[in-house]
Amino acid sequence: MDQFVINLLFVGASFALYIGIAIWARAGSTSEFYAAGRGVHPVTNGMATAADWMSAASFISMAGLIAFVGYDNSTFLMGWTGGYVLLALLLAPYLRKFGKFTVSEFIGDRFYSSTARLVAVICLIVASTTYVIGQMTGVGVAFGRFLEVSNTAGLLIGACVVFAYAVFGGMKGVTYTQVAQYCVLILAYTIPAVFISLQLTGNPIPGLGLFGDHAASGEPLLAKLDQIVTELGFAEYTAHNADTLNMVLFTLSLMIGTAGLPHVIMRFFTVPKVADARWSAGWTLVFIALLYLTAPAVGGMARLNITEMFWPNGTQEAAVSVETIENDADYNWMLTWQKTGLLDWEDKNGDSLIQYYNDKNPEMQEKAAEAGWTGNELTKFNRDILVLANPEIANLPSWVIGLVAAGGLAAALSTAAGLLLAISSAVSHDLIKGQLNPRISEKGELLSARIAMAVAIVVATYLGLNPPGFAAQTVALAFGLAAASIFPALMMGIFSKKINNHGAVAGMLAGLLVTLLYIFLHKGWFFIPGTNSFSDADPLLGTIKSTSFGAIGAAINFAVAYVVSNMTKPLPKEIIELVESVRIPRGAGAAQDGH
Amino acid sequence: MSDDKDNAYWSANLRIIAWSLVIWALVSFGFGILLRPLLSGIAVGGTDLGFWFAQQGSILVFLALIFNYAWRMNKLDHEHGVDE
Repeated sequence: MDQFVINLLFVGASFALYIGIAIWARAGSTSEFYAAGRGVHPVTNGMATAADWMSAASFISMAGLIAFVGYDNSTFLMGWTGGYVLLALLLAPYLRKFGKFTVSEFIGDRFYSSTARLVAVICLIVASTTYVIGQMTGVGVAFGRFLEVSNTAGLLIGACVVFAYAVFGGMKGVTYTQVAQYCVLILAYTIPAVFISLQLTGNPIPGLGLFGDHAASGEPLLAKLDQIVTELGFAEYTAHNADTLNMVLFTLSLMIGTAGLPHVIMRFFTVPKVADARWSAGWTLVFIALLYLTAPAVGGMARLNITEMFWPNGTQEAAVSVETIENDADYNWMLTWQKTGLLDWEDKNGDSLIQYYNDKNPEMQEKAAEAGWTGNELTKFNRDILVLANPEIANLPSWVIGLVAAGGLAAALSTAAGLLLAISSAVSHDLIKGQLNPRISEKGELLSARIAMAVAIVVATYLGLNPPGFAAQTVALAFGLAAASIFPALMMGIFSKKINNHGAVAGMLAGLLVTLLYIFLHKGWFFIPGTNSFSDADPLLGTIKSTSFGAIGAAINFAVAYVVSNMTKPLPKEIIELVESVRIPRGAGAAQDGH
Repeated sequence: MSDDKDNAYWSANLRIIAWSLVIWALVSFGFGILLRPLLSGIAVGGTDLGFWFAQQGSILVFLALIFNYAWRMNKLDHEHGVDE
């Protein structure tokens, strides 16, 4: 069967499943729309949260980031999982006990300040909107590659599917589609990895295969990888080359940012009890770890596979010839991906061979000059194609490729839906009910939540079709805002009886503004190219990169909140009682009946 | 329920959190990054223990920490009569 038809079958079947779930799980009340009626089992919620969290970045980009950098990019693995420890120990159980619908609502009530709530809502909307752009462009790219439709058509189809289950089903519909999407994406990620691990190491579990022996040479796989990449002048795969301070701060910023992302936190409002919120955080990380323990194996093995394809007889022998690439079935994937413009090669020295090596390395330049090479001939290799092309590189059956297409779409759509839900509940619950029209009826609020969701989808689709030039930069912004404003406010709201309304507002604004300023100084004002005074290659004071700054922003937030609270009036009695009640699990189930 | 009892419950919670966060930092920032040179003598599959902690070990420890916290806190809730 034609590959196109197989892709269409897999993607079509997965979409039919999502729509079916949407029809089955319609939301009838605001409690169902915002929190799935608080009746979601902790394991189910864990699976849904994992799909919510793992975006196109986790599914498509992360293995490529690790493959071409090695050890130094372990920051993503530790940062994006370590945040769940903070979430499980410091936030989730208490926010579930609080028993309301949005993250900003807790900040507003705890700090008895509509200003605090408004600052939180703005951070939430900016962080979620920047994040959703990446998901929507990801949907377009995946469609464009696998279904041979234009990016625009692909994106519109994806938006219609999200519309169907998110607008009608709310949190309830999103939760159950995310469970289905998790199953699709985890199978799509692990099945090719298992095949590749078996081919390379004979071990069916990729995470173990990475630390096992390379079947062809009998050497440990990582030792083999280190040897082959250093022979080509690249940095040793397992070595620590980046600067340690930024590695630590970047990991910490990712952890704090992860724990502060509202679309993840709000998923813990859906379970029945505080005890369930604790278990559910654990299950979430189990389901995330299934992918995150596989990702470094996918990265390392793909790097070895690709390098060996260019040097089929070893790095000391002749490189692969242009003729082989164009005619050998094993190299077919290169021709497929060359069409997308994401992969390219050029026989610069005209020897009919394609030499892939690091032409930036002075030692390698000498060797290359002796051998008559005139530069790296693999002229373009976009890291994002690694996971999508992996099944083709490893010559896997065509149904695996169809599955990967459906998996990539599942990862992007599930995260987009979670983000859109966070945006729409902030608009309808925090802005409309909280500020503009507090006496709105339940029916009216549900309707406004649906309208807000529909508008958010239209805006996200528009931004996905016309991504602002800074789209790639904004991930740092989303994590920076979550780390510098939302996480510290939530944590202080639970763990301190001293931080008051003025302290919280001053802390959030200080953390937010300093972080924004730092990012703009390095990435350009409002990300306009050329307006930056520094760059991440040459940061302010020569130390901290803007991507690592979220942790510093969080520290500023904590410090300012503490100082300002000490200078102003202590908390009113009823707020101290609120803090005490949040700390005690009993009564979380009862709180849900109040809605 | 008395305030003393609430305070005892909360301090017990804070102790568990503090220990968990010490281990959280030790396996990631410690073994995975800063203390990696100290672990370089321990070979694991073609590389050293620090590399394993950075790419897999820390994630497994994070999992153990969250489940341990849930289990101990749910038991503590029961002992202090604040469960539901």
